[in-house]
Amino acid sequence: MNIPEARPLAPADQDLVAVGHRPVPLEVSNVTKTFRHKRLASLAGRKKAKKPPRAALDNVSFTVQTGEIYGILGANGSGKSTLIRILSTLLLPDGGSVKVFGHDVVKEPGKVRPLLNRVSADPSFFRPMSAMENLLFFGRAYGMGGPEVRRRSAQVLSRLGLDEEHAREPMLHLSRGQQQKVAVARAFLSSPRLMLLDEPTTGLDPRSKREVQAFVAEVRRESQVTILLTTHDMDEAEQLCDRMGFLSGGKLVAEGTPLELRKQVAAGRPLDEVDMEAVFIELTGRSIEEDEEEDENQAQQAEGGA
Amino acid sequence: MTTIDVLRPRPPSRVGLGWAFFERQTNLWKRYWAWEIVWLLYGIVNTLAITFIANEAGRTGSVSKAEQSRLTMFLLIGTLVWAYMSAVLDDMSLTVMWERWEGTIEHTLMAPVPRVVHLVGMSAFGILHAFIRTSLIMACALPFFHVELGQADWVTAAAVVAVGSISLVGLGILASILPLLYPERGEQMSFMVQALVLLVSGVYYSVSVLPGWLQVASHVSPATYLLRGIRNALLNGGSVGNQAGTIAILAVFGVVLVPVSLLVFGLAERWAKKTGRLKRQG
Repeated sequence: MNIPEARPLAPADQDLVAVGHRPVPLEVSNVTKTFRHKRLASLAGRKKAKKPPRAALDNVSFTVQTGEIYGILGANGSGKSTLIRILSTLLLPDGGSVKVFGHDVVKEPGKVRPLLNRVSADPSFFRPMSAMENLLFFGRAYGMGGPEVRRRSAQVLSRLGLDEEHAREPMLHLSRGQQQKVAVARAFLSSPRLMLLDEPTTGLDPRSKREVQAFVAEVRRESQVTILLTTHDMDEAEQLCDRMGFLSGGKLVAEGTPLELRKQVAAGRPLDEVDMEAVFIELTGRSIEEDEEEDENQAQQAEGGA
Repeated sequence: MTTIDVLRPRPPSRVGLGWAFFERQTNLWKRYWAWEIVWLLYGIVNTLAITFIANEAGRTGSVSKAEQSRLTMFLLIGTLVWAYMSAVLDDMSLTVMWERWEGTIEHTLMAPVPRVVHLVGMSAFGILHAFIRTSLIMACALPFFHVELGQADWVTAAAVVAVGSISLVGLGILASILPLLYPERGEQMSFMVQALVLLVSGVYYSVSVLPGWLQVASHVSPATYLLRGIRNALLNGGSVGNQAGTIAILAVFGVVLVPVSLLVFGLAERWAKKTGRLKRQG
């Protein structure tokens, strides 16, 4: 079976490979991001005290190897989306560096962007347009021709269980699960070499969830795509990820394979009796269901009134 | 199971990337056809309502018959040029705003499309869209008035519109920066910019009636020269040669405004990335 292969290396990267330096898909080094809060006026007209800035990401470092699925697990507000947005060249870190196949996301965004794509928890489409019209736009934006986009879209959507009739429907007529499948198709359409999956199955019904997970697993198995998956679904993380890191309060507090993480907290118990939820609580000091105090959105709501 | 072809990447052409935005806006326009009809009707009614003022001036004897005809043309040109300009500025200011509404802003801005190509694609659609809408408004409004177009120099008017549109693109890109910087109030702020352009550019009156300090502001609005050039061409039959000065000023506006607006957009995008504002709204 022929799966959407990751794009071949760019000429510059091929030179690196030729001399024995295969670029690492993702290197995150000491990344820090802080959001400041704007003073909010109270109803009485007095200014409320300014909250101290909070680090959404605090010295986060990890590396993802070729073909690996690396999971970032954390509660809402732990900094997962901030990290994904930095990797996507949409947010500038305050400190540290992120390299995608050797290219710095801040200094060389033009070289990074063709190499990656993203699925977010919210499908985010031009809702009045059909699925195919949306895919046509995003495919063209990644340099693909119209016929190529139509052909590949039909293939990917078919693999995800969506037929051509659905592809012609306006997005707002599709169910949440169907929209998310189109979002997955959009991301894989451009054959990225690094895929960022930001809670791709959040809010999906169990069947759609399984189909999306199966598709991701198949693509990974049969191509060279490297995947960074953020989730707060422990089962999903264990099922898909080769390694995972726990993000809490903007800090990467633990990292390893699911087995290694279990061993850290097993304390003599058989490993199959230690579930990942318990591992997370033990290593982060909080439940993954427990929202963290503040996240970037809240900080931005404060700033957005500017 | 369906197989999926392997993508063989090739360097994307800038025209192809720009076409992505033009095609997308066309698809959105088709889906929002009811709104297009609303705006078209509004444009026609607005044009008629303002231009009928000339008829009223004739009826009350405030102006002679000849002056009434000239006033009719003056107002008609003003309303049509404003319809064109506001359509271009609206389309450009929606560059960011629409993406925020739909939630696609992050996906669009992380795509490997140079921002210049992105904005040129949006501008090309904006200009064609505005041209079609304004032509339809003109076609519907003209039969209501007796206008003398025998002396009109259409070639010069077209040249003025073509050169002036470049500066409008620059203004439009500047207007689109506000929603980028201010997610919640940027759209309202870009309407304020349009309102200021409307006030100082002599759309419905000559700029000479403005207070002195507003006349100074009229000199820095490309719309002032766009209107002057078109009125001279259609009312006085001014040729390209006669209008060379006005066309040259418009060209300078275009040459300066477009690169400056692109530069400012780039700086604003960087600032938005620093403060985390490149994301959906609502």
